[in-house]
Amino acid sequence: MSGLPILSLTIWVPIFAGFLVLFTGSDRNSPLARALALLGALAGLLVTLPLYTGFDTATSAMQFVELSPWIERFDVNYHLGVDGISMLFVILNSFITVIVVLAGWKVIESKVAQYDACFLIMSGLLNGIFTALDGMLFYVFFEASLIPLYLIIGIWGGPRRVYAAFKFFLFTLMGSLLFLVSLIYLYLESGSFAILDWHQMPLPMAAQQWIFLALLVAFAVKVPMWPVHTWLPDAHVEAPTGGSIVLAAIALKLGAYGFVRFSLPIAPDASHEFSGLILGLSLIAVVYIGFVALAQEDMKKLVAYSSIAHMGFVTLGFFLFSPLGMEGALVQMISHGFVAGAMFYCIGVMYDRVHSRQIADYGGVVNTMPKFAAFFMLFAMANAGLPATSGFVGEFMVIMASVRFSLLVGFVAASTLILGAAYTLWMYKRVIFGAVGNHHVAGLSDVSAREFLVLALLAFGTLGMGLYPQPFTEIMHSSVDELLRHVSVSKIQ
Amino acid sequence: MEMQKLYLLVPVAPLLGAIVAGLFCRVIPKWLAHSAAIAGVGIAFVASILIWNDVAAGNTFDGPLYQWLSSGDYVFQVGFLIDPLTVTMMLVVTFVSLMVHVYTIGYMRDDPGYNRFFSYISLFTFSMLMLVMSNNFMQLFFGWEAVGLVSYLLIGFWYTRPTAIFANLKAFLANRVGDFGFILGIGLVLANFGTLDYQPVFEQAGELADATIRLIPGCDSTTVSLMSVTCILLFIGAMGKSAQVPLHVWLPDSMEGPTPISALIHAATMVTAGIFMVSRMSPLFELSDTALSFVIVIGSITALFMGFLGIVQNDIKRVVAYSTLSQLGYMTVALGASAYSAAIFHLMTHAFFKALLFLAAGSVIIGMHHDQDIRRMGGLRKYMPITWLTSLIGSLALIGTPFFSGFYSKDSIIEAVRLSQVTGSGFAYFSVMAGVFITAFYSFRMYFLVFHGKERFGEPHGEARGHGHEEPHGLAPGQKPRETPWVVTVPLILLAIPSIFIGYLAIEPMLFGGFLGDAIFIDAEAHPVMEELAGDFHGALVMGIHAFSSPVFWLAAAGVVSAWFLYLVRPGIPARIEAACGPIRAVLENKYYFDRFNERVIAGGARLLGRGLWKGGDAGLIDGLIVNGSACLVGRIAILARLFQSGHIYHYAFTMIFGVGAFLTLWIFAPRLI
Repeated sequence: MSGLPILSLTIWVPIFAGFLVLFTGSDRNSPLARALALLGALAGLLVTLPLYTGFDTATSAMQFVELSPWIERFDVNYHLGVDGISMLFVILNSFITVIVVLAGWKVIESKVAQYDACFLIMSGLLNGIFTALDGMLFYVFFEASLIPLYLIIGIWGGPRRVYAAFKFFLFTLMGSLLFLVSLIYLYLESGSFAILDWHQMPLPMAAQQWIFLALLVAFAVKVPMWPVHTWLPDAHVEAPTGGSIVLAAIALKLGAYGFVRFSLPIAPDASHEFSGLILGLSLIAVVYIGFVALAQEDMKKLVAYSSIAHMGFVTLGFFLFSPLGMEGALVQMISHGFVAGAMFYCIGVMYDRVHSRQIADYGGVVNTMPKFAAFFMLFAMANAGLPATSGFVGEFMVIMASVRFSLLVGFVAASTLILGAAYTLWMYKRVIFGAVGNHHVAGLSDVSAREFLVLALLAFGTLGMGLYPQPFTEIMHSSVDELLRHVSVSKIQ
Repeated sequence: MEMQKLYLLVPVAPLLGAIVAGLFCRVIPKWLAHSAAIAGVGIAFVASILIWNDVAAGNTFDGPLYQWLSSGDYVFQVGFLIDPLTVTMMLVVTFVSLMVHVYTIGYMRDDPGYNRFFSYISLFTFSMLMLVMSNNFMQLFFGWEAVGLVSYLLIGFWYTRPTAIFANLKAFLANRVGDFGFILGIGLVLANFGTLDYQPVFEQAGELADATIRLIPGCDSTTVSLMSVTCILLFIGAMGKSAQVPLHVWLPDSMEGPTPISALIHAATMVTAGIFMVSRMSPLFELSDTALSFVIVIGSITALFMGFLGIVQNDIKRVVAYSTLSQLGYMTVALGASAYSAAIFHLMTHAFFKALLFLAAGSVIIGMHHDQDIRRMGGLRKYMPITWLTSLIGSLALIGTPFFSGFYSKDSIIEAVRLSQVTGSGFAYFSVMAGVFITAFYSFRMYFLVFHGKERFGEPHGEARGHGHEEPHGLAPGQKPRETPWVVTVPLILLAIPSIFIGYLAIEPMLFGGFLGDAIFIDAEAHPVMEELAGDFHGALVMGIHAFSSPVFWLAAAGVVSAWFLYLVRPGIPARIEAACGPIRAVLENKYYFDRFNERVIAGGARLLGRGLWKGGDAGLIDGLIVNGSACLVGRIAILARLFQSGHIYHYAFTMIFGVGAFLTLWIFAPRLI
């Protein structure tokens, strides 16, 4: 392995690029800002590639580890590393950053430098979350990443952006405070902020239960799980397209990641004890949210609700405690990054032209945008979990694992086959098919070369992962096996 | 190694055709699109013949192509299983597909979506081949969903028609209901066998014959046989794809798609995937009499009741569609009677004569300038001789005229049902016998109305007919229909040949000669139907001659004669019968109210529930009461607190004195509290 601190690069290259973009200042320099932002995003993606090529799939240990003291008084360290669970998210996040910069190219015309800078800085912070191995470092990144997203919704958002931004911020803050309390408790108990030490530390049942519940609040809000999900549709509706893409593709994964990095290994006994609760909430998310999505009239809200249902599969998969379920959940997280990102981008493409997200304002888009309609069909089918798309793989694995767990759980989970197809394709039918609905639709122009490129990149990810998911799960095997082995051993002494 | 490359070529060639015609559909000329697509399917057909030769010589294959996914102890592979059952399906699929490809050149000639259409039907051929060639449940499910997708795209091919895009959504969702059961069945297979590859699953099946499962964890009274649950769940998948009651509702509406795909997808191949699947799973189904009874009852209901609906239809394609439903019911009944080979045999003969009937119907529709109402046809025999003759052959094959292909397969099914001991076989026997009369009646009702009798076309008609077709249709007054071009009639002739002969030639090897070999497993002790049938069989010729003295033949003949009498000799009578049987007619014309129930109760209910949960649950309870409610509460308390911050010094002083007084009082009278 080369001596370069690769993980640090994945964090600081985008952040540095972000500040560089910020210095281009006013909108007079916006072409320069865009070019710089794209370069920064590409550089950010480039530095993640050694993670893939140099990754050792045989071990479950942390790799590319960096360790140097930060606040010695409290034994807080700048401690980074990735394993088979987190590595893919770093790459996915850096990839999505490129997509987002491209997506906002012509669309964002005011405060361009600030907009792109927000995304680049957020990209670095998100990489920090996925790579941090120190509790305090994780918390700092976790909280800091809220700020750019808050700004993106609050400044470039829609008419109710302030309400949405506040709701988003307060919801997540509520969870974060309990998270902080848990971190401090764990520090006091162990005398260290190292997450890996916490994994090994024995804990009595009562302590595990409190920690689990505190973390549950923090992560459930982020996922989001039913019933703390209502901030998400509002945030999505008001966020600009790029914000929605990052929110769906990466930000939602933080909560789920928290479960596997903190809740399960730190409080394994409590995890088992509360698994029924999580399974119940996950299944409610799949069915209840599926029906709610069916009734939506706003496309973004519909996809936002469908995101919640899909994330329900993730939490469901985690708490089945089987390799198939766990890996299925992780695959679902990555796939959802492509598919939900693409769905929001598609809606953005239409919104840029018509300035409406209402389903009723469309109809017959295929007549004027055939290329776009073909892409949208692919992503809609992926959203409905059609085989050969990435959307199928995770759903299939989790459904298989839940049937193995119990036919009843599998029965409820598999209802997504019907509900997912119903809400996605019904929307597709009303928006895309039919005769030209109104003069807005009649005047639409098909996708530009730039939009085509973004759609094609996302389509490549969606199809590639659907046809050949083996490389993805191969990376996860060792880490997932180790995690499950760890979770099966009691920590009560 | 050579053969394995050939196996791979079969699905890949149509896929390449689809990619060429699809990705470049806006830039390449029509001839290039259809050449690429036809070349792909043609190569697949030729390769299938070579493989058939090889399999007939005793070479089978079962092996992986690549590892799709592994997780924990589970390995999912993409691979091929090449055995007689597979190769039979490959031949049927590629042959019918090739005919339909050629036919499409004529049928879709002026359609702006010409290239796109070729791309879709080639993609369909690829998907269907992946389905039948699979050696595991996962790939089966992939092919299963992929053919569903292409079916969805093709039903909605004319996407500006409201009825077409309604029908394709309905088809997809009805299929998804079936897939919901199917994936649970697959899940049970994986959970109990630890693999999804056919071979190890079938080998271990016997060991789990007596295993049980609790449907609800911890509730002993819900303990049922594992095999029965697994098989019924798998069969629910087949009910969706093969359009069995009550998931049949999508098939008649699928006629909104262009006629070539009605022939290929909604008659010959895709809808028979369920029949193929159950035959493939015979080692599992044989272990559960409960599942077999379920299968035979569902099949009987479909065979009988869908036949009745064929009688009242006036759209030429819908008549054929209901006859397809009814014939799929026959195949399902055969499956339930453990006569899997008879089901596959009927699947094959049906593929030829039903594709023929659909393509002939399409030819009539071209001749009639896209008027599909048989009440406005009549006497077409004179103008479209090839279409007429091939239609007659198709109809004769369908009703089971001795020596025609349909006779051999249908008669075998009826005999098998008669011998079957499975619960429900009595009802099934009644259904298939009654079905013979009904099939003959509606088939020849349509035949006589279209090709014989008075010429009723070209008359001005005020009634706005059609299913949202925007283009003008129907013949102008005085205009005569003309025979269709050779690209249309040649496929008709090529399909008419097997419709006559394939039954006579194939019955012996397929049913009794062991051609299907180990591909199908029958527990001969429990279900000796096929063995007994073999005992009664003395050659195809004898069977044909013998048939003239059987009640089946006379039932069919009675059906034809009744149709002839009612629609040619005394055309006034049907109207009087209709008037006399008002309520029955209403039930039939509303298709037993399935559609209305689904639209009002299921679709409407789901929308209502969704709205209720959204407005009541999300907006009302969670956001209204808890989220914004707590924000409001904080606000209210703040308002209250603000009252104390008046800025007047005497307010503060008063509060202080009051507070001190209160504390002193407490301190004196109840010191424990402080």
